[in-house]
Formats: sequence, structure tokens, C-alpha cells
Amino acid sequence: MSENNANEVLIEVKNLKKYFHVGPGATLKAVDDVSFNIKKGETLGLVGESGCGKTTCGRTVLGLYSATEGEVNYKGVNIHALKGKAKKEFTKKAQIIFQDPYASLNPRMTVGDIIAEGIDIHGLYKGEERTKKIYEMLDHVGLNREHASRFPHEFSGGQRQRIGIARALAIEPEFIVCDEPISALDVSIQAQIVNLLIKLQREMGLTYLFIAHDLSMVKHISDRVGVMYLGTMVEFATSDALYAKPLHPYTQALLSAIPIPDPEIEKTRERIKLEGEVPSPINPKPGCRFAARCKYAKPECLEKRPEFKEIEKGHFVSCHLF
Amino acid sequence: MAEISKDKFKIIGCENNNSDEIVRKNITYWEDAWRRLKQNKIAMFSLGLLIIIALMSIFAPFMRSFGVNGVDPTTTNISPNSLHWFGTDDLGRDVWVRTWAGTRTSIIIGIVGALIEVVVGALYGGISGYVGGVVDDILMRIVEILNSVPYLILVLMIIMLMNSNGILPLIIGMTLTGWTGLARMVRGQVLSIKEQEYVLASQALGANSSRIILKHLLPNVIGIIIVDVTLAVPSYIFAEAFLSYIGLGIKTPNISLGALCSNATPNMMFYPYQLFWPSLIISLIMLTFNLLGDGLADALDPKQRQ
Amino acid sequence: MEKILEVKNLKVSYHTYAGEVQSVRGVSFDLNERETLAIVGESGCGKSVTSKSIMRLIQTPPGEIKEGSEILFKGKDILKMDDKELRNLRGGQISMIFQDPMTSLNPTMKIGNQIAESIMIHRGLSAKDAFAEAVKMLETVNIPNADKRANQYPHQFSGGMRQRAMIAIALACDPNILIADEPTTALDVTIQAQIMDLMKDLQDKLGTAIMLITHDLGVVASVAHRIQVMYSGLIIERGKTDEIFSNPQHPYTWALLQSVPRLDTGNKDVLYSLNGTPPDLLKPPVGCPFAARCKYAMEICKESMPEETKLSETHSVSCWLQHPMAPKVESPLNAGGAK
Repeated sequence: MSENNANEVLIEVKNLKKYFHVGPGATLKAVDDVSFNIKKGETLGLVGESGCGKTTCGRTVLGLYSATEGEVNYKGVNIHALKGKAKKEFTKKAQIIFQDPYASLNPRMTVGDIIAEGIDIHGLYKGEERTKKIYEMLDHVGLNREHASRFPHEFSGGQRQRIGIARALAIEPEFIVCDEPISALDVSIQAQIVNLLIKLQREMGLTYLFIAHDLSMVKHISDRVGVMYLGTMVEFATSDALYAKPLHPYTQALLSAIPIPDPEIEKTRERIKLEGEVPSPINPKPGCRFAARCKYAKPECLEKRPEFKEIEKGHFVSCHLF
Repeated sequence: MAEISKDKFKIIGCENNNSDEIVRKNITYWEDAWRRLKQNKIAMFSLGLLIIIALMSIFAPFMRSFGVNGVDPTTTNISPNSLHWFGTDDLGRDVWVRTWAGTRTSIIIGIVGALIEVVVGALYGGISGYVGGVVDDILMRIVEILNSVPYLILVLMIIMLMNSNGILPLIIGMTLTGWTGLARMVRGQVLSIKEQEYVLASQALGANSSRIILKHLLPNVIGIIIVDVTLAVPSYIFAEAFLSYIGLGIKTPNISLGALCSNATPNMMFYPYQLFWPSLIISLIMLTFNLLGDGLADALDPKQRQ
Repeated sequence: MEKILEVKNLKVSYHTYAGEVQSVRGVSFDLNERETLAIVGESGCGKSVTSKSIMRLIQTPPGEIKEGSEILFKGKDILKMDDKELRNLRGGQISMIFQDPMTSLNPTMKIGNQIAESIMIHRGLSAKDAFAEAVKMLETVNIPNADKRANQYPHQFSGGMRQRAMIAIALACDPNILIADEPTTALDVTIQAQIMDLMKDLQDKLGTAIMLITHDLGVVASVAHRIQVMYSGLIIERGKTDEIFSNPQHPYTWALLQSVPRLDTGNKDVLYSLNGTPPDLLKPPVGCPFAARCKYAMEICKESMPEETKLSETHSVSCWLQHPMAPKVESPLNAGGAK
């Protein structure tokens, strides 16, 4: 586990809820009472399958979506209460990298302009200095300087993702939300990007919220990991503890489903099979969200939602088994 | 296999050589569009023809010494000959000069009308799509109301109210409801682009609305705007021609192609050439604009990029 | 096991404004009955183009399947079939499923009808009978309440269910070969596991040969019998699954195997990764296409293409390191790291 120089809490998420109204009487509870904190310099992983709310959570933490209830505090200040100039200042501190390298870059802008967009918005550098900064960013992410005058469509997925990273870094943020940055890339390119993110974190002292559904990558890059299911956080622990001793039945099933590139092991291992599909987050039933697919479900699970309790030091679970 | 020398088998690895190099030429959106347009022979031919017509409308009247309204009772209704290339009309005026001068007016009306439509329509649709919500609902309801007003009656009323001979009331009448089509299209396009992640990224970087509209939305919408302009010009030219034909449009001493056709119709059976030339020019202008517009629509379509 | 598909010297190019892009540059392989062959490689290596060529789904122009290519299905050359034979082939004898189930299904047709369509065309049943068969297919692919589900539309299905529906359509006419082009890339991990188990199950039950195209080695380890690694339009290594995982010989295969972080690699260690990107196939390099990114590249690698070296009946690799004059190189996988 990597050392954190400062155990200072950078981001605190308290009972965060984000609901969307999708029709008369239908509420999509994308994030339903989630609490955690992120320490300075660490990487917090957020895993879960599609529909679990991790992307919505990430974007709400960044302030791109407003919170229906609950707080997101950055160094003690509630970011959703910020307005105007203060809000703009906050965008300099917290940035985001997106999943889809093809949709996240404006096809009509040159790479240089894309990277410098943050600089232009905040008026940080002009002219010569601006160009220097663009080149600096390109160097950081391992691209050539002459790429600055080209257009996104001339690059591969991995290269575009690097451009997206350069764009986020250009305004020197402290905190970056990585919203599934490698899901759309080939396995060999994923390694490139992950190495790059780790290197940049070391060099620039960044804090990451790393959202993904690929558990092996998340374990590799994160210090602590939270597992989400249908808008709720079911387990939260350090990376090693989560994978060594998963407590929640969903976490266990998730880990069991990871394909292992080793035919010997694959042939002999016992997989935990999860039956059925993820239910809809619209107007969810009361009780534990996972009860319908859980093989340990008791009647209590269908009625009452379990508390998010600390079972061992730093290891939290939301389950009636504990 | 031929003998290969041993030193070819020493490992040299891959020092960070240009494995990230891009081999192809840098090609912008416009260059790609132009290249596709060039391949479309019909569109290019139309473009060429249009340029010729435009040039003629500027220079052709000067090729003859007759004035636009040079009435000459001695030379009425002469068929085309070497002196009067298109012949003369019933007041002895040279048809060549009048036709090209009329073309000038018609084209100007077409372009001005199209420009007004584009500016108003694009801004309106862009704002409606971008702001969304209640504002969008209200703005679109206004558009629907405007669309349901019978266009001809509106033009008539404005022309009667303004009671002038010039082209201003004509243009106002025509553009008052013409921009609604483009507004709807731009709104639709903006609605879809708004959801793209690069717009979200821009917001995350702290961009305000005007920056997002100008730098991200407009450039990606400009393709359909250009196509709309190209197709709007002939429709305004035709609208003007129609109005002038029924006597509501351009009045003397101004002339347009429609007015010329109108004047020539009573003499159609006896002096067909007087009707022939203006109608030919109108038809050519409309045809070429439409063909060019189609070609541009294909060339500028981002989905067809190779 | 009998050979059911033989691909010989397949070459496919695309004619673009910038010139001719050689997507597939001479690929040859066989597929046997009842086996699962996995084709593994990065985006742009030509694996999808290869699979589409087998079904003659390449649009010509701008694509072109070059002279000298042969694709023999049960002895007949697919590339020379006429329209009638092709229609018979597609869906009836060779089926394909794609990566994105949302866009591969018709949103305005009921699922049951989409399956029945294929049955009516190839097995000549009436609409009513075909629909009944369709419901049976849905049951076979483990969709609960199949009779109710058959009357629903794609948007009412989740991602995993849609992929199952696609499999049902593909297998409705009991084809000899199923080509699966990245079938689980867009799905969640738990659903991915379900789909892969389903495919294995169906192969046992129906005897279909499966050609699996993917870039995920983990998925391959559990279902494939044989693996082919493609790079830059060529097959650079092939062999049985055990052979590839326990004794890979090509540096690119080493790189692929190393890039997957295992659950026991150290937290935040540097993952092995390759620099750069595959070469632009507009101007394919003269020598080995991997030379520009290979740690073990030699002078000869840049000058000419390596020949294929047979390591066993089933395992072969195209690499100059196999040449007797080349230095012996240890696979980095054996020294710590994976296996």
C-alpha cells in the first residue's frame, strides 16, 4: 500500500443523493445515500456494474450535477453552494477525464486548442507562454509536439485519451475524477494509460477518484476501493483488504466473475454465479438493493435497508449478515 | 533461404523511435469537404455556372450601350438580332440589359433574404436548443404559430402597410416567417450536440454559456447552416419572382426577373423571346443552387468523412 | 475433428482518399467442427475485417478482397458463391453476432419475430411455427419467461439479455459456424461470465464451431481451444490455448499477457506496456510489423518478414528470434510476474 504523506481529507461526501425525475411518479435514484471520503494524494477506486450510479456519483462529486440531498465538501467547503467566481475557481482545482475518447474531444478543434481550453477560459497564459504550456502537457502524456496542430480524428483511442488527460492537467488541478478512462481501450493500451496516470500522480501529487468496472485495474491503481450496487455503497475497504477478504456477497460474486488469463486456473476454479439481471434503479423496492439476487437473503433483507457499518478497521459493509 | 550475415541478428531494440508518428497529411474538416465536393461533378458544374451567371449580372449590362429603362418607341418588339442580343420589349427597351439587371436584383434579394433567415433562424434555434426547458417550449410554440400564418396574406399586408415601391417591404414580408425552418433544424442539432462529452468537459473546465455556444456548438452546426443558405437563396428568388409576377413585388422603375416575366406574358404568343430569356435565367439559377446545395449537404456531412 | 472452414492467403484492402490501406495481408487458418478458435489482437489488427470477409460482409468499394484469397466452407469457395448461395450461407450455415447488441437488433420489431425471421428464411416454416421455435430458442439461451419476452421489443431488454437474444437469432437455424465479434466487450463482468458460459454450453449441445474475436485474454482462457494472435493484418503466433499461455514465443504475445494486471501484482507497480501504436497500414513496413515496438528487434527484423516456424503440430510463430542465428531470449513471463 502506498504511503500518504498527508492524511488530510480532501473530499468528504456525506449522505449524497442524486435523483432524476424521469416521468410522472417515476424517480430514478441514481445515487441513494452514499458516504465516503477521499484523502489527499490517494486514489479512491469506485467499482460497480452499469447502472450502479458510479458515473453519476463521480460527476456529482465534481459539481457537474447538483446534489438532490447531502453534501460534497472540498476542504470543508460545500461545493454545491458555491456560485459565480468561487465556482469557477473550484473548476481549476477539480477536473475530469471521460470514458469515451471519441466523444470527449471537439472534432473541430485542434489538439493544441483542446488542451489549452482550460487555460483560455481562466486566462492563465497567453501567447508564447500558452504554447509552451501546451508542449509541456504533450510531453507529460508522451505525445509529440507536432501533434498540437492536428485534429482528434487523426489519433487512435489511446492517444485521444492521452489528449483528454493533458486537457485536464493543463490547469494544474489537485483532484481528478477519472470516469472509466480505460474501458473503451484495448488491453495493451489500458496499461499505457494506467501507468501514465500513476506516474502523473507521483510527479504532481494528484488525488484521483478512479471509476471503473474492471476490477483488476481498479485494484492495481487504488489505495482504497468502494463497491457500488444500484446507487448504494455495499462495501468499502483498502484495496488489499477488499480483494483478500471480500465480505459482501455482491463483492464476492464480482471478484469471482473476473476472467483470469490462465487456462489452468480457469478450468478448475469455482465461480459464484449470479442469476438474473440488475433491477431498474427507477422506484427501487425498499430494503437491501441486492436482496433479489442474493443467495443469503433473509426476510429482513427485503424490508430494511442495512446500515453502512465499520466491521474491521477501515473496512465498511452494508449487509444484514454483519 | 539465402545466407544472412550474423550481425543482422544482434538485438537493437526499439529506442523511442517515431512509433507515435502520424503518417497521413493533416486534413481539416473544410479540406475534406472541399475534396468531396470536387468529386461531385454535377455540383462543381453548378458552381461554375452560378459564378458565370453572377459575373454576367454584374458586367453584362455594360456590354451594351442601352439603358435599363431606355425607352425607344422606334425599336419596339424587335426579335433578337446582332444589335439587340435578346431583342426588345414593347417599349423598345433592350431585353439583354434588362434581363441581366433584373438578375442582379433577384440575386441580391435572394442572398439578403437567405442571410436574414440564417442569422435570425440560427440564433433563435441555437438559443432555444441550448437553454432548453420552459424557454425552449415557449420559443418553439411561437415558431409554430408563425408557421401557421398564411404567408401570402402576411406579405400582402406588409406591402400594403408600408406602401413603398422598393424592395424593403418585399424582403420583410418574405423573411418574417421564412426563418422558422432553419430555427427548428438548428435547435435539433444543438440538442444533440449539447449531450456530447466534449461540451461537458468544457463546462467542467469552467466555460460559460457564450463560450460553449461560440466555440463548441456553432462550429459543429455550421455545416447545416451553409446547406440551408444555399437552398434558401433560390426559394427567395422564386418567391420574389412569384410576387412580382402577380404584381405585388418589384414595381417600375426597378426590375427583377419576375417582373420581366410578368410584363412579357401578355405578348407571349407573339414575341416569345421576351418571356424566354428571363425564365431561362431564373430556371438556371434555381437549378444550380439546388444542385450545389445537395452537393454541399453530402460534402459537409460529418458522418460521411472517410 | 473435421475441417469446416479453410481460409487461404486472405488479403483485404480498403481504398481511401489517402490511398490503399492493407487491412489483412495474407492470413491463412482452419477451423474445425466443434472447436472454439479465438482471434486476439488490438484494434486495427484486422481481426474484424477477417471475420466479415468470411461472411462477405465487406463493402466493395471501398473494400476489396484481393485475387488469390480463398475461403473454403466445406470445400466450396465462399468468395466465388453467387447471391443465392450466399443468402443460404448467411444465417443458415454461418452466423455472426456483434459487439453492440443495441444497434444489431431492429428496435421496431419484436424479439420473437426477429428470431422467427431467420427461421422462416432458412427452414421454411410458417410464421406461427417459426414463432414457436423462436420461443424455444429464447429458452435455450436462458431467458426466463420466454413466451412473454418473445413479444417484447429490444429496448425492454437489458444489455446482457439483448446479447442473448442475438445469440438466439444466430443459432436459430443451427449453423455450423458462429462468428462472435467481441460479444462481451460492452457487457459488465458478471454478465460477461454468463454469456461465455452460455456459449460454451451451446457448443456442447449443438456442436457449433465458434470463432471468437476479442482483445481480452481472460475471456479467451476459459473458452477457447486454439488461439491466433493477429498484429497489423497478419497472424504472428498460433497454437492451442495451453501452449500459448504456458509457452508463448512472440514478443507481442508476451506484451499482451503482461499487460493484464493480475490480482497478485503489487499495488501501483508499473505495468508492462508497449510504447507507441501499431503501424499505419497505408504504408505497411517492409519487415516485421512489430519491429518498431519490439524490445528484441534486430536489424533483420526491419528488413524482411520472418517466416513461420513450427514449434509443434499445433503451435507456430512468425519471429526472427526463432532463427538459429538469433540470440536465445527468455520469455519475461517466466521470470516472476505471470505464471
